[in-house]
Amino acid sequence: MADLSRTEVEQIALLARLHLEPAEIEAMGAELGAILAHFATLAAVDTTDVPAMTHATETQTLRADVVEPSLPVEDALSGLPAKARSGDLIVVPSIIPGHES
Amino acid sequence: MSAEQKLSERSVAEMLLDWEPVIGLEVHVQLATSSKAFSPSGTAFGEPPNSLTDPTVLGLPGALPAFNRHALELALRLGVATSSQIRAKSRFARKHYFYPDLPKGYQISQYDEPLCEHGHLDLIVGAELKRVRLQRIHLEEDAGKNLHAGTVSHVDLNRAGVPLVEVVSEPELTSAEEAAEFMRALHRLVRWLDISEADMEKGQLRCDANVSIRMRGEDRLGTRTELKNINSFRFVQHAVEHEIARQLRIIDAGGRIERETRLWDETLGQSAPLRSKEEANDYRYFPDPDLPPVMVDGGMMGGILKTLPELPAVRFARYQKELGLSPDDARLLVSERGLADYFDACVAAHPSQRGARNLANWMLTELLGALNAEGKSITESPMPAPTLSALVVLVENGTISGKIGKEIFEESFRTGEPPLAIVERRGVQQISDEAVLAPVVDKVIAANAKQAKDYQSGKDGLFGFFVGQVMKETQGRANPVVANDLLRKKLGR
Repeated sequence: MADLSRTEVEQIALLARLHLEPAEIEAMGAELGAILAHFATLAAVDTTDVPAMTHATETQTLRADVVEPSLPVEDALSGLPAKARSGDLIVVPSIIPGHES
Repeated sequence: MSAEQKLSERSVAEMLLDWEPVIGLEVHVQLATSSKAFSPSGTAFGEPPNSLTDPTVLGLPGALPAFNRHALELALRLGVATSSQIRAKSRFARKHYFYPDLPKGYQISQYDEPLCEHGHLDLIVGAELKRVRLQRIHLEEDAGKNLHAGTVSHVDLNRAGVPLVEVVSEPELTSAEEAAEFMRALHRLVRWLDISEADMEKGQLRCDANVSIRMRGEDRLGTRTELKNINSFRFVQHAVEHEIARQLRIIDAGGRIERETRLWDETLGQSAPLRSKEEANDYRYFPDPDLPPVMVDGGMMGGILKTLPELPAVRFARYQKELGLSPDDARLLVSERGLADYFDACVAAHPSQRGARNLANWMLTELLGALNAEGKSITESPMPAPTLSALVVLVENGTISGKIGKEIFEESFRTGEPPLAIVERRGVQQISDEAVLAPVVDKVIAANAKQAKDYQSGKDGLFGFFVGQVMKETQGRANPVVANDLLRKKLGR
């Protein structure tokens, strides 16, 4: 399997919201190419008569509709830096185009 | 003003002779569960921000989702009520995108194996039902809520993880009115079946619309735009109307419709593009490895089929066909299950089916009027259905006049005393006996000799005066038909 092209790496980086330096794009193209090559080996196995399996177990595991205590707000927000809090709300860059700070 | 905006409303109407709008709706309905779709946090509205989260909602490492059985039952109820094909084994998939209200970086949804497919929803259009096909109904979780705050946004995750169904229609609605009607029909149905409170002010029913236009007679669909953020019946109508006109103007000016997502702003009465094309969505769906398939067995389906009530569209047709109600009355009665059930109880208590129209009149004018005045809903009515039915019978069989009937209604509504008891206590039975009314008529004519003479010499308008006098003498109890006959006979014209 050949290396991934620059465009492909840039597209994947965009979807993952990762910033890559030009040199990193080059290196990443080679690394991802090697990973895909491994999957190509797996894909070579003939699976014509093997049904698709997405889960190891297909047992129903439904939960009863019962409310249990939620996390205390302080715990829920404990991973936030101070500047990302406004009272008990999470502060993020504006979601409205043109209003980004 | 750009050239595309110069097309007048009249020209829009003219263009619609050649161009056909095609609309498909995607409606999100919150399922009325107590806990979230995949974890046990509560779903109450209006709680303090970020107070309804848990490790699963926040997407913390190690948290494992488990699906809510009640959410599945509610979704199945909707599937059955829309005659959908139910998948015995459906699957959850991860839909990946980055947005501040989505802590996990993906939304749990369903993709190529949704719970329900190929159902239909019946819309009430005038006196008729219009059947709209549904592509699918699938399960998913809601995201959190973004609040715009100047140069930043605020996020509240209380709503994240709340169970939803997304109902997707086929693109076969052909006007803004029909789009609004689709939303009304779905709103009515999910409330009817206790699937959702569908309170639009709380965001429990939300709609996106896909709109395109094509030359009439063309089979292929035109390029569509997706309108987001249309959360009331009125908004959906305005937004779709506006979008159809916008697309017609572009075509008229020789332009092309861009495939894009637009956000409707009701205050401005216009839409604006939401995302640029470069960020065309690539959701990278794949089966969620944390969640086993959703299995639906015969026992579960049996339970749902057994408890499914008569549906609003069926009742709308029955009220017209079997009970002779007008389309307007029938539509009003099925607008809420409580109203239709109350009406059915009235009909059941009435000795004859022919009373249905009278019962509907009394219920929709007198009863609803009185309830509205007190801010009460039909289920809080102090007057039980058999009592209203008994009152209507008293009017129908001539025991009391319609006018007295209204007074009896008011008193019975207020005090709870049975109508017949009030009638007997107040002695207000209608007088239909000529032998009793004749002397009253004689007395009225004698006391108003001048008016009698005027009437006899051609002043027709005075007849009403005499009827009024007879009513006054009898405290409104005279049977108006009998009184009129006697007056005509005795006044000699």
